[in-house]
Amino acid sequence: MNENTIEKKGIKETLSDALKSFGLPRIIIAGFLLLLYIMAPIVGADLPTQITNTINRFSWNAIMVLAMVPMVHSGCGLNFGLPLGIISGLLGATLSIEFGFTGGFSFVMAILLATPFALLLGTGYGWLLNKIKGGEMMIATYVGFSSVSFMCMMWLLLPYDSPNMVWGMAGKGLRTTISLEGYYDQALASILQIKIGNFEIPTGTLLFFALFAFAIWAFLHTKTGTAMTAVGSNPVFARASGINVDKMRLLSVVMSTWLAAIGILVYEQGFGFIQLYMAPFYMALPAVSAILIGGASVNKASIANVIIGTFLFQGIVTMTPTVMNNMVHMDMSEVVRIIVSQGMILYALTRKTEATR
Amino acid sequence: MENVGAPLLELKNIKKDFFGNQVLMDINLTVHEGEVIGLVGENGAGKSTLMKIVFGADVIRETGGYGGDIVLNGEKVIFNTPFDALNAGIGMVHQEFSLIPGFSTTENILLNREPQKKNVIAEVFGQRMSTLDRAEMNQKADEAIAKLGIRIDTDMLIKDMPVGHKQFTEIARELSKENIKLLILDEPTAVLTEKEAEILLEAIRGMAQRGIAVIFITHRLQEILNICNRVVIMRDGCLVQDVKAAETSEAEITKAMVGRNVVKGEKDAIRNFDSGESREILQVKRLWVDMPGETVRDVSFDVKEGEILGIGGLAGQGKLGIPNGIMGLYEAGGTVIFDGKEIPLNNPRRCLDASIAFVSEDRRGVGLLLDEALGWNIAFPAMQIQEKFLRRYLGGLIKWRDEKAIEDVTNKYIEELAIKCTGTKQKAKELSGGNQQKICLAKAFALEPRLLFVSEPTRGIDVGAKALVLSALKRFNRESGTTVVMISSELEELRSTCDRIAIVSGGKIAKIISAETSSEVFGALMVSQVR
Amino acid sequence: MSEKKKKQRVSPAEVLRNNTVPLMFIVICAICIPLSGFSPSYLFNEIVTRIGRNTFLILSLLIPIMAGMGLNFGMTLGAMAGEIGLILVCDWQIVGIPAMVLAVIISLPIAVLLGWFCGTILNMAKGREMITSYIMSFFMNGIYQLVVLYMMGSIIPIRHSNIKLPRGYGIRNTVSLLRMRQKLDKLIPLKIFGADIPVMTFIIIALLCFFIIWFRKTKLGQDMRAVGQDMEVAKDAGINVERTRIISIVISTILADIGMVIYLQNMGNFATYSSHSQIGMFCIAALLVGGASVDRASIGNVFLGVTLFHMMFIVAPAAGAKITGDSMIGEYFRVFASYAVITIALVMYETKKRRARSATGQQLALEQQREQEAA
Repeated sequence: MNENTIEKKGIKETLSDALKSFGLPRIIIAGFLLLLYIMAPIVGADLPTQITNTINRFSWNAIMVLAMVPMVHSGCGLNFGLPLGIISGLLGATLSIEFGFTGGFSFVMAILLATPFALLLGTGYGWLLNKIKGGEMMIATYVGFSSVSFMCMMWLLLPYDSPNMVWGMAGKGLRTTISLEGYYDQALASILQIKIGNFEIPTGTLLFFALFAFAIWAFLHTKTGTAMTAVGSNPVFARASGINVDKMRLLSVVMSTWLAAIGILVYEQGFGFIQLYMAPFYMALPAVSAILIGGASVNKASIANVIIGTFLFQGIVTMTPTVMNNMVHMDMSEVVRIIVSQGMILYALTRKTEATR
Repeated sequence: MENVGAPLLELKNIKKDFFGNQVLMDINLTVHEGEVIGLVGENGAGKSTLMKIVFGADVIRETGGYGGDIVLNGEKVIFNTPFDALNAGIGMVHQEFSLIPGFSTTENILLNREPQKKNVIAEVFGQRMSTLDRAEMNQKADEAIAKLGIRIDTDMLIKDMPVGHKQFTEIARELSKENIKLLILDEPTAVLTEKEAEILLEAIRGMAQRGIAVIFITHRLQEILNICNRVVIMRDGCLVQDVKAAETSEAEITKAMVGRNVVKGEKDAIRNFDSGESREILQVKRLWVDMPGETVRDVSFDVKEGEILGIGGLAGQGKLGIPNGIMGLYEAGGTVIFDGKEIPLNNPRRCLDASIAFVSEDRRGVGLLLDEALGWNIAFPAMQIQEKFLRRYLGGLIKWRDEKAIEDVTNKYIEELAIKCTGTKQKAKELSGGNQQKICLAKAFALEPRLLFVSEPTRGIDVGAKALVLSALKRFNRESGTTVVMISSELEELRSTCDRIAIVSGGKIAKIISAETSSEVFGALMVSQVR
Repeated sequence: MSEKKKKQRVSPAEVLRNNTVPLMFIVICAICIPLSGFSPSYLFNEIVTRIGRNTFLILSLLIPIMAGMGLNFGMTLGAMAGEIGLILVCDWQIVGIPAMVLAVIISLPIAVLLGWFCGTILNMAKGREMITSYIMSFFMNGIYQLVVLYMMGSIIPIRHSNIKLPRGYGIRNTVSLLRMRQKLDKLIPLKIFGADIPVMTFIIIALLCFFIIWFRKTKLGQDMRAVGQDMEVAKDAGINVERTRIISIVISTILADIGMVIYLQNMGNFATYSSHSQIGMFCIAALLVGGASVDRASIGNVFLGVTLFHMMFIVAPAAGAKITGDSMIGEYFRVFASYAVITIALVMYETKKRRARSATGQQLALEQQREQEAA
């Protein structure tokens, strides 16, 4: 590029650049969501309830979307292997109940119990991804699938016997859905909850997410975080600068897996149930599309991408059914969700990215 | 419509610039039927560019075309794509093989020109549904190979072949084209054994007898004298000599190739480090490096503290492998002793820890974080290796990136090296080549190394930037006492910057001599062990 | 010649490594068959039925592999097209073989269109074809739902209420194909060892095999192999790379479309919203079980794979129930085995690619060492 043009770049160009970097699909999605919010009161839906729903769902999902960030930064691509982390979380959750912890404390214990699994599985997963550089995303998908189907067997076979979790008749084998009432249902959401009429804010969950978001943001500003970003940006540069590329990638995978474990626990405390067996199967895809909608690409992602993306994605998920139902008495939300989220992933995959090797 | 008597190919006043950087000036060349022309010149002399123009390579059109005319059989032609050139009877064998690894020799020779058998389905769905005529394919391939006067197993897969046979397959493919009139061979003997090279030269003679003209690019001058009718020598984008092979000698060709350019920039006095007073800061013993295309074999040399040592030589002879191997970017073996301590190889971190820095010749691939800001590019290695530009919290538990310090150091280098940019936050990919190179230098300077390897510091940058980069290097060497090892393909650049120069040929160091030695000596050393 | 022979001699370890997956499945089957307690004639009958049902679909995966585009997860697009054709002929109450033929004719343009779209997108994502085609299958599933669940009955006329949802538009969760059930399979009746042999289906499969063998010998087939091995070289030789790749995907989609119709006529009904997404995964797993890899697959792999994979599928639940007393274990095990086999095949493919890259380096290092020793 010619140096002169850079210096003379005007405000107008900067603006159009900013618009371009925001991306057309994102503008369409944001516009669509805005339209839904405008339509909601017109078709007779209660706006405060809708906003509450959106915020709630945001708070449940945000950490799982955040889990994408480390691996994108280290150049491992989008973590389609999120279910692996989710399984660690599920193991923590079920063990915490099995050991008889109750109330808010069971949430803390679930996190503590999930951590060793996340570290262990994450290390193995990271080791595998280091062996197959370049093919991460496809293999991550199938590592996720294999582990979920493997755990399906395990949920039946592992010797759980808490009556709240196993099938009543057989007395063994975990149920597909386990209620968290009496355990950590709303454990975070009820902290400092704000209630104004129909309008509710799960302050605790949002603060919990903010804590993690800040931690990741801070991590990316440290020496190690900088090295991780450089590995993702140009692994050869990083190697020439004396960085152990494999170690950085491994670290990012472990972080991602651990965040996914925490993420599913936060999701459960909001949702009120533990879902086992095939439930974690497709959980990676909403998280992947959320961060992409937020403006991330296969090799660049920021905390802002996470927040914007989760909000837009969950906004559409919650708003489409109500508005559509009220408008045309057709629940097309599932279809809209699939087309928007998968379309977004397709869009990101077809973008040319320089750092992809 | 053949014009009888007109030469096969005439190049008239061919000019070419890449974004204002003139690489070819007024080239005039005539090629007759059945003539073998040897084209020689240093790297960067413009040989490849000239051949690309003749062959209609895409890169020429994409960079704004060329000036002057190409006249074929008395008619002016314009080749927009290599396919136009192919149709006109010009074939080219590139240095990199263009072969399908899992295909047999026959399949490769006739790639996309396979004889076909019509069938009913092809009538409906078009040509591509007709089946291949294997018998005729084999026959055609055999014919083409026979023209070369060699034997190759036509059923063998390319990936199972020795490298020489791959080269022959490529040439056979060109020969199998019926209308071939001119064949351009770009360093075809570089990968061949001596015996294979002889066979190839014999084959070239055979082609010439059948009326095919050959333009033959090589660094092995003896080959040229053996088989060429004429020798054409290029230097710095100009055609400097066009003589009959019988009327010249290796020495004369070398002299014309290297030439005597006006030395760019002021020339400092050559310092003498041979007196024995100066310490050897780096000792390299029996180094081998496995860098594809730049293999290093059994290299030993010493670097004196405070000097600028140049490493020169032709492309592909291994000069680039030396710094890349020592710095651990490519697999290497041997002994490297820095400041009395042995440095383990194949580990970039250990070199950097020992205060050796490296500016890679591959700016975009190795040297820069193209998607990141300039500040990151400059500060990153120093931050990671020497923990500079960090703020410590909680007793050093948290090492926070110090954006302010990074900005300061970046601004310092932007000013010092006159880097043209919009600021420290600009992304590295948005800079021009010369400014990117300065960023790479700044990155190494920020490490404040005791020894600096600089590989091809002026490759692909314009003249003004070249002088600036070289003087910055010299200043850095003089002011901070850093020992510099500079690797460059441009001999004049080395002679104007370095104290001593090592010439690499055939993966080995031919000799280390003072920079004041005459350029003919250097030229002779460069081609002394070419393999 | 001598060098060629040397290359062809492969060490036993190499053979073992290249056939890990089929060997694993043979062991699994060998353990599970006696445990399951099924009679040989029952197993034979089941296997024959399943080979007839599934082989055509799996064969549709071969051509994109030849063109270097990996496992075509986008084959579900063809399956969707086939399902749309079947829904329509079902509504028009056409029966038997004519219904199948008509379903194929209706769905063919849809398959071509979807294949062309998929191929174009994959050309934009070179080097990431598999993950992209995989996401593509999800994306198209959304579009399929939009069409079948909302547009059929409202925009596209559907007359008969037995396939329509009670609300007046959209197709029911299951569509019954009773009127064409096994019409193709039983066109030429034949019984061997008490098992019905779907002779006509086998004939069609044989025809497809011949087509594929013949196709490899055509100019287009040759071009696809060239493109699959090195896109740059193929482009330099004047082959239209992009177009060739699109054609390979279009052919695969068309074959998957026809394959789905054959598959469903055997089943006799289908789950409107889920059979296509499962079919892609099972076909790919079956092909890999047969010893195929991401870049190399033969007709032999297809037949070995379909036999082993379905054998495991039949015996695993019963064997699992015997061992653990819980029939669900076996069900989950076979799902796990399918995914695991794809994972292993993908990992092996990627590691092999890396091994090939470092091998050249090792060779050079060795050569230098020899030289150093000599010096």
